[in-house]
Amino acid sequence: MYSFTMTSEQKMLVDTVHRYAEKQLRPVYREAEETKAAPEKTVQTGWELGLLPGSIEADYGGFGEYSALTSALYLEELGWGDVGISLHLLTPNLFAIPIALFGSKKQKEEFLPDFCDETFPRATAAIVEPVIQFDPADLRTTAEKEDDEFVINGEKTMVPLADKAELFLVYAQENGTTQAFIVPGDTPGITVGERITMMGAHALAVYNVSFKDVRVPKANRLGGLKGIRLNRLLTVSRLNLAAMAIGQAKAAYEYALQYAQERYAFGEPIAHRQSIAFMLANMAIEIESTRMLVWEAAYKYDNNEDATRAAYLAKEYADKMVLEVTDAALQVLGGHGYIREHPVELWLRNGRGFATWNGLVMA
Amino acid sequence: MSIQFETPDAVEKQLQQVRIVAENVMRPESRYLDEHEHERPVKFVNMMWPQTKLMEKASLEASLARLARKSNGDGNGNGHAANGNGKAERADIGNLATIHLVELLSWGDAGAYLCIPMSALAGAAINAVGTAEQLERFLRRFTEGKPKWGAMAMTEPQAGSDTSNIQTTATLDPDTNEWILNGQKIFCTSGKLALEESDGLVVVWATVDKRAGRAGMKPFVVEAGTPNVIIAKVEEKLGIRASDTATIILDNARIPYENLLGDPEVRTGQGNKGFKGAMKTFDATRPLVAASAIGIARAAFEYTRDTLAKHGVKMEYGKPRWQLTTVQADLLEMEAQIKAAWLLTIQAAALLDAREPNKLVSSMAKVKAGKVVTLVTQKAVELLGPLGYTTDLLVEKWMRDAKINDIYEGTGQINTLIVARQILGYTRKELK
Repeated sequence: MYSFTMTSEQKMLVDTVHRYAEKQLRPVYREAEETKAAPEKTVQTGWELGLLPGSIEADYGGFGEYSALTSALYLEELGWGDVGISLHLLTPNLFAIPIALFGSKKQKEEFLPDFCDETFPRATAAIVEPVIQFDPADLRTTAEKEDDEFVINGEKTMVPLADKAELFLVYAQENGTTQAFIVPGDTPGITVGERITMMGAHALAVYNVSFKDVRVPKANRLGGLKGIRLNRLLTVSRLNLAAMAIGQAKAAYEYALQYAQERYAFGEPIAHRQSIAFMLANMAIEIESTRMLVWEAAYKYDNNEDATRAAYLAKEYADKMVLEVTDAALQVLGGHGYIREHPVELWLRNGRGFATWNGLVMA
Repeated sequence: MSIQFETPDAVEKQLQQVRIVAENVMRPESRYLDEHEHERPVKFVNMMWPQTKLMEKASLEASLARLARKSNGDGNGNGHAANGNGKAERADIGNLATIHLVELLSWGDAGAYLCIPMSALAGAAINAVGTAEQLERFLRRFTEGKPKWGAMAMTEPQAGSDTSNIQTTATLDPDTNEWILNGQKIFCTSGKLALEESDGLVVVWATVDKRAGRAGMKPFVVEAGTPNVIIAKVEEKLGIRASDTATIILDNARIPYENLLGDPEVRTGQGNKGFKGAMKTFDATRPLVAASAIGIARAAFEYTRDTLAKHGVKMEYGKPRWQLTTVQADLLEMEAQIKAAWLLTIQAAALLDAREPNKLVSSMAKVKAGKVVTLVTQKAVELLGPLGYTTDLLVEKWMRDAKINDIYEGTGQINTLIVARQILGYTRKELK
């Protein structure tokens, strides 16, 4: 059948995350953006929601099972609250989710339990490379097998929280395919370079990281001999990003919707004019359209159908939508939208990010 | 409950046969029907009638049962059967099944689809407010005998999107207890099929009190064979040429008092359920137009994709955007847009089946689908050009057929207005 009602468990989770977004993220989003730091307390509170353990099986310390749809539902709420702090909060996932998806039993047993307690784990992933035409299927970072080790060489960028990372998941090309390698932070040859400033989401600290002759044991190849399926990993990440984009767009839409009813021009609210009202209507239509694409693709994924195509279309659609909607929201506010007193200028900057963040959200 | 995206087996099964009709009966006649405006897709009509007859019968019996429950006072009359015999279950996918049918038939040929012998919009209006006697008298004919058509006459030369500006009058003759209708209706889809080419009927909107505005507007059933009802003209159109778009002149046309649908009293505000009830039928009919739009869009997209594939253009799902050619990017965009519109339409139909409010999503789907089919078909002609621009291929026809979907059942702008009023909580006074 077709049905658009969440399960009661999903509804409860969404309500909880929404409350966190409203009470914890919204009050501090601007300060976090301007000071370029996610408040530790906010991150800790978010971590204690137990979102990641909810996606990890009980065998490995969690209390749930992975559902792309459930993740999409709560990511929308996080995106609505604040993208920058949420990306910080979700950084350990970049390490843990691929382990949960592709890890050998041994790797899962070794690493996942640490992601299921109340301490925010210092783990991250290095996937993006400092090039204009980035393709995760064709990485320049290489992993070469030498005896019982892999030797990793290459330059990465946009590595979240790399400065304090105790664990990296490094994506590298091995014989023409992309594989992932578990690399302890203190391994010789890793240099965490400068912090990079992105256009938006300043609350997330991202770094350049260089890997020079970094040696890890053979056993650190994610998934052991089987390795990973990049396609599936990217499908998950696309769904995650698209879901978060819906939340970001919704935040901007709601803000503009309210502003347009309160802002008077020519003696009446500007929302009384079709030129404004129609922009708002189209924003609402595009947000709902994207939500349908994401939900359908996530439903497919959860039912073990090939969701590559659906997730790709949803992500492509979401990238465009979130930019259009955040831009339109700023336009509704006019000059005020351009002022940092209002959040929409940040949301437009965040909105542009989604097309470039492939692999930077896993949930 | 949980979020689900699965086409029910019953719907899939129904589509199998329709797919054969769409491919083997509709498509081969598409060009001919386009070039011979107003000729009827006779083969299609005769093939569909046995099936539509059954659908009409099921719908009629369900409505009669609902009214019976209501009058017995043992049901809430909202159509939810509590008698676990499986009927309720079937009823619950009615709208979902219909949009799938409409989508597929429009994929076959949008003009021929409009000639499907059914009570159509007239049936929707009669079902919405008709009494058991009216249902029996007006809709039984669609379940038996020869093919018949129903139609709705709302638009007038001076009243398009502003439906409340209609001038056609209905005056009660107290001596004979008949309504006397006077006025001119235009753009009545299937008006000729309903009144001249079958024993069908048209629901005509007229005012019983011009000063009362919306409150004075009432729907009246005008049956085929009613004297002084004249089909004055059938329009020559950009597309959907197999379908007739009729001008109907009502010149002192007399109909029985009992042909008025709903409340005869002129009531304003909350009490004005007649007009509002009728406007509510749009919540059910807009997803149908959206579905038709999507059928055409899918036809154009699939043909373009498959043709270009023969010329080496592959769909690539997963490549970074910078690696795509513009043609590949266009095709992906077309596919994503069609899918988004279709999922919105499914949501609108599913909510309707679940008897949940769907006004907002219904209008959203209509806006989206109208826009999407326009863009997708126009893109298809471009991508397949110059051959795509010629009548050697069907894409140019699909582009012409497509445009009507952004116009009838509320233009894209009117539906955007409805969406805007809904999200802002504005009345038509606050947002004109």
